Amino acid sequence: MILGKTILGEMILAQMTLELSHFSAALLFSAFASIVFGITQRNSAREQIRYGLYCFAMFVGGVFAAGWVMWLLRR
Amino acid sequence: MANSSASKPKSVEVRNSTTTQPMTTMSVLAPALGWLIPGAGHLIQKRWIRGLLIMFSITTMFFLGLAMQGRVYRPNGGDILDILGFVGDLGAGGLYIVTRVMDWGQGAIAHATADYGTKFIIVAGLLNFISVADAYHIAIGKKP
Repeated sequence: MILGKTILGEMILAQMTLELSHFSAALLFSAFASIVFGITQRNSAREQIRYGLYCFAMFVGGVFAAGWVMWLLRR
Repeated sequence: MANSSASKPKSVEVRNSTTTQPMTTMSVLAPALGWLIPGAGHLIQKRWIRGLLIMFSITTMFFLGLAMQGRVYRPNGGDILDILGFVGDLGAGGLYIVTRVMDWGQGAIAHATADYGTKFIIVAGLLNFISVADAYHIAIGKKP
């Protein structure tokens, strides 16, 4: 039974191997985290949307800022 | 003197009213269900849109992590980062249980994105902890 589950799990995972770039992974991460932050950290619907967008902008801005810092360090 | 004795009971009364939370069935059920099924703690309290968005975000993030060949931590008593990784993963509740039962999340080192996947899985669990706390706050009337 356990062997069957393992084989089934391996087959499913083997078919759905996903290789995202660092940037697209960061964008997805930002989007999902911002949705949850917006909903949980503010009360009204308007505030939630605004805060979610703010978090998303901060995440993406942070990615670009970190990218430029790394570029400068590499030079 | 009269003023100080009059203000003392007032401060005690204020402290009591802020610390005592009403213990209802929903205040226990919503966090428990929210932990087991991300977003369900909101759905059971008829916060449909919030619940569905949380469910979609956390579940998608968790499965994206698995699809990126992320590693799912098992209970361990070794390195502190491994222990914290397990605590983070455990936050996903039912998703973590299903993953363990199906024996997913072995973490293929061959993939460069596997490390991103591991982080996606941990953060999905941590976000679910936040949503569980939010469901509890709604249940006790602290949040609309």
